[in-house]
Amino acid sequence: MTCTEFLALLDDLIDDSVAPEMRSELQTHLHKCGHCEVILNTTRKTIEIYRSHEIYDLPAGLRDRLHAAIMARCKKGC
Amino acid sequence: MRSSSVSSNCPVRSAQTARLFHAFLTIRHEGLVPRRAVRYTHLLRLRCWFRNGPTDFSQPTLMSTIQPIAGELEPHPDVALISRVREGDVSAYDTLVRKYERQIFRIAQHITQNREDAEDVMQDAFLKAYEKLDQFQGNSKFYTWLVRIAVNESLMRLRKRRTGKMVSIDEDIETEEGSVPRDLADWAPDPEQNYNQAELAEILRKTIQGLPQGFRIVFVLRDVEGLSTEETAETLGLSVPAVKSRLLRARLQLRERLSRYFHRKKGSGEARLRETRDEK
Repeated sequence: MTCTEFLALLDDLIDDSVAPEMRSELQTHLHKCGHCEVILNTTRKTIEIYRSHEIYDLPAGLRDRLHAAIMARCKKGC
Repeated sequence: MRSSSVSSNCPVRSAQTARLFHAFLTIRHEGLVPRRAVRYTHLLRLRCWFRNGPTDFSQPTLMSTIQPIAGELEPHPDVALISRVREGDVSAYDTLVRKYERQIFRIAQHITQNREDAEDVMQDAFLKAYEKLDQFQGNSKFYTWLVRIAVNESLMRLRKRRTGKMVSIDEDIETEEGSVPRDLADWAPDPEQNYNQAELAEILRKTIQGLPQGFRIVFVLRDVEGLSTEETAETLGLSVPAVKSRLLRARLQLRERLSRYFHRKKGSGEARLRETRDEK
């Protein structure tokens, strides 16, 4: 397996959607290729960081204001 | 309050109906569908089966008037809330708003990249969803349907800002394939520890804002907001292979851009911190 072939299946490996025999081939490539191992680990980390950090926080005041506006409209039957 | 249609000769009816009623009140007050309520329904049916023989399960029970039981799978809790909204219970919609407001705001902010627009989109999306709730067929999850409305509202908002110019999620997408990473440096262990919360949030914002819009939206829906590949494709009107292709490229581009901040380097902590502060 080449690095290009490995990269084409990187998402499937991350999303755990590869067939067992293909997973075995990918693991074999990973044992031999430090670069692909770095790419796999750091791509996983990238996803994890974006999932676990709130980068656009909703301020409490805004939430209440919008909430009141939505409820007021909805009670009138929109 | 509808009465339960459990067989009237069932000796356990009174006690179990009382427990079901309690579970129903829990749903009304908390906007939740407790597993307990579903368990009680099954328990009640089982006991009546043993005491009275087979019951006609095609007849609606108290719970099935709130949420249909499809096979052995538990229905999504939103189904019960939507039923209540359709019956005129605005507080149930309030529950849905509070449940999804953060996600909808984040999606709108990621697409419009403008705080005021994101606020407007969030409000418009929830109002539109309320108005069109009768059109919601339940073929997809309510959340996915809501996200689709928010994405469309966000794109319309962008078009308004650009004085009527059409805006598509395909914008800025390069057509050529081949995303072979250039920066192959490994990252420091727990690289985010080198930055405080505000610095890290700024890095993450700046990095994802640099992605082409078509990649950014796919990454946000699929990896941040947790839609499946199929749901992302349906929401954006893309094919599943197109979503997969964009997701791979978005992930690799983000990884490469973040490597600038997170790669392993001698004296990394202070040096990287200074670099980030200087960039601001």
